[in-house]
Amino acid sequence: MIAINVLTSTAIPLDMSNIDTDQIIPKQFLKRIERTGYGEFLFYDWRYDLDTPDHVSERKDFALNKVEYKGSKILIAGKNFGCGSSREHAAWALTDFGFLAVIAPSFADIFFSNAGKNGMILVRLSEADVELLTHRSTSNPAHKITINLEAQTVTDDQGFSATFEIDPFRKYCLLNGLDDIGLTLRHESELDSYEAKHDEEFWLTPRVSAA
Amino acid sequence: MSTPKTLFEKVWQQHLVVAPANEPSILYIDLHLVHEVTSPQAFDGLRMAGRKLRRPDRTVATVDHNVPTSSVQDRLHILDQISSRQIQALRQNCKDFGVELYDVQAPEQGIVHIIGPELGLTKPGMTIVCGDSHTSTHGAFGALAFGIGTSEVEHVMATQTLPQDKPKTFRISVDGALPYGVTAKDIVLHIIGQIGTAGATGYVVEYAGSTIRSLSMEGRMTICNMSIEAGARAGMIAPDQITFDYLKGRRFSPAGDAWNLAVEQWSQLVTDEGAIFDRELHIDAATLTPTVTWGTSPGMVTGIDSTVPTLDPSASEADQNNFERALEYMALEAGKPMQEIAIDRVFIGSCTNARIEDLRASASVVRGYHVATTVSAMVVPGSQSVKAQAEEEGLDIIFKTAGFDWREPGCSMCLGMNPDILAPGERCASTSNRNFEGRQGRGSRTHLVSPVMAAAAAITGHLTDVRNWKFKEAN
Ligand code: SF4
Repeated sequence: MIAINVLTSTAIPLDMSNIDTDQIIPKQFLKRIERTGYGEFLFYDWRYDLDTPDHVSERKDFALNKVEYKGSKILIAGKNFGCGSSREHAAWALTDFGFLAVIAPSFADIFFSNAGKNGMILVRLSEADVELLTHRSTSNPAHKITINLEAQTVTDDQGFSATFEIDPFRKYCLLNGLDDIGLTLRHESELDSYEAKHDEEFWLTPRVSAA
Repeated sequence: MSTPKTLFEKVWQQHLVVAPANEPSILYIDLHLVHEVTSPQAFDGLRMAGRKLRRPDRTVATVDHNVPTSSVQDRLHILDQISSRQIQALRQNCKDFGVELYDVQAPEQGIVHIIGPELGLTKPGMTIVCGDSHTSTHGAFGALAFGIGTSEVEHVMATQTLPQDKPKTFRISVDGALPYGVTAKDIVLHIIGQIGTAGATGYVVEYAGSTIRSLSMEGRMTICNMSIEAGARAGMIAPDQITFDYLKGRRFSPAGDAWNLAVEQWSQLVTDEGAIFDRELHIDAATLTPTVTWGTSPGMVTGIDSTVPTLDPSASEADQNNFERALEYMALEAGKPMQEIAIDRVFIGSCTNARIEDLRASASVVRGYHVATTVSAMVVPGSQSVKAQAEEEGLDIIFKTAGFDWREPGCSMCLGMNPDILAPGERCASTSNRNFEGRQGRGSRTHLVSPVMAAAAAITGHLTDVRNWKFKEAN
C-alpha cells in the first residue's frame, strides 16, 4: 500500500445516490483469480453497451469513458456510496481503475472498511459541498481538487475549502501506507528475534531436519 | 508452581510474538497450507506490494477443491476453464514464490487436511492455518489449527504471523465405552446437535475424556474437523501415545535422537490438573447412538432409530421458520422414521471421512453385498496415499465388486465446486461435513452420516441402522 498525504487530481463526478457494490463490480467477475484487473469491469453495466454483439463498446456519455477525465484519481458520488454486498472486489475495482479517493456525503459501512484496507481515502463532505464540486467537475473536466490528509482539508483551484473528519488510527495507517501487514511489520524486529529462537525448536518446523 | 494451564494456553503462549496493548496479539504460524481456491488473490497481493513470501519452508500447497475425480485423464486436462485457470495460477504462484506444490498426480496429492497429517507435516504444539474452515482437523494432534480468509492468507505469506484476539476455552469431555455401531462421526454430530451450530463460537474446544482418548487418530481428526460446524475457532486433543505412534516414521516426522526429544516436548502438551476452562460440557458415551442429519444444518440431527422431529412450538419464531424451511427443502415430513428415507446417492469421501480407516470400516459393511439398484454410490479416497494403501489392501475390489465408483482423490462432492455434484432434488447419504442448502449442488439434499452408515445405506437404498448389519466374512 502506498502512503498518501496530499492528492491533487481532476475528479470524475457520478451524480447518483446509493451506488451499490453490485453496480461497482457485478457478480460475474468475482470468480476471477486475481485481486488486480477488476478495473476494466468497474461499473460494467453502466460503462459498456451490453446490446452490441461483443458487449464491449463503450458508452460515450458515461463519465468514466470520457477522455477529458482520463487519469482522474478522485471520484465524486452521491450519498450512501458502496451499499449492498460486502464484496472487497468493489474496492479492488476502484483502486485498480486508478481511484485513490472518493468524495461523497456518506458511505456504506462495509465498503468503508474494505476501502480502508485497500488504502483508499474516503472523504465525507456536506451534500452542498459535494454538489458544488460535482458541478465544477462536470462543467470543467480540468477542474482540479486537492485532498490534504494530514490537514484533513479539501480545496480546489477556484477557492473552495472544506475540512473533513477521519478516525485517527485510520489516518495514521493511511499516512504511513500501512495495511494490516504493514501494521504487523511495525513489530518486525521482535518478529525476527522471535523467529530465530523459534526455529531452533525443530519439532515445530514442518519439514524437520533431524537435529 | 506456576498456574495450571490448558493445552490451548500452552500452544498460544509459545507462539506469541508480541502482545501490544489495545491491539490484537501477533501469533506466529508454524505451518501454512495452501490450495487453489483461496490463494490466488493473496499471491497477487504480495506481488502488488512487492513483498516476498516470508517462509516458503513453512508453506505447502496442493490442489483438491477443483480437481475432477473421475479419471487421471480428466485431471490432467481439466475442461472447466475457471477451475483449470485457478490450478494453473497455483502452479505459477508456487513456482514464483518457491512453495512446494503437490500437484494433481503427485504421490503426496490429496485433500489438504488429509495430507498434512499423513505426511507428518502436522505436529503437536504447532500453529497451523489454511484458507479453508476445516483446518480445525489438525487440532487432533494437539496443534492450534484454524481456517482463515484470503486477506489473512496474504498476511501469513508476508509475515508468517496473524493478528489474533485470544479466544475463550471450552472443554468437552466424553467418557465411557462407545456403544456398538457408534463412531467418531456420531460423537461429533451429537455434540453439534446438542450445543448448536453457533454453540462454540468464540471458543477453542478441547475434546477430552476416556472415550476421546480411546479413539484412533483418524477418529480424532473426524471430531476436530467438524468443530467448525459448532462455530468453534478450533478443536484440540492432547497428544498421547496414539498420536506418537501415528507420527512415527512419517515423511516429515523427526527421526532418531530428534524423535525422542520431540516426544519429550510433545508430552508436555496436556492440560494441567486444575486448569480452568471458560466452559465445560460432559457427555456420557453410553447415551450415544448412530446419528444422522435430517435438515439443512449440521445441528439438525437425530438418532437413526428415531423419526424426523416435530416442530417445537416453544421455539422462537425464527427457529420455527428455519425448521419448516428445512423440512420443505429436504422434502420430509415430521414423524417419518429416519430409516424409511430412501436415498439416490452415496458419497464416501471428504476431509471428514476419507482416511484409510474410514474406507476399511465402510468396506467391511459392503463386503459380499451389492449397491441397491436405485442408488449410485462413490468412494473418493482423501489422498493418493490413502488410495494406494486401500488398493494394496484390496478395498477397491470390494467397493468395485459391490458396484461402487472408485475415484481419484479430491474434495469431490463435499462442496460442488468440481464436476461431482448432485442433481436438483437428489438425496445423498454423505460422509462429508455440511448439509447446507445447495452445498452438494443446487437443490441437493444431504444427510450427514458416518462411513459405515453411508455404506449400509448404499446397499439397502435407504438410511439404515448399522447396528443391525449382518457382516459377511471374506471368503
Ligand atoms: S473436503 Fe470439503 S470441507 Fe474438506 S477441504 Fe475439501 S471442500 Fe473443504
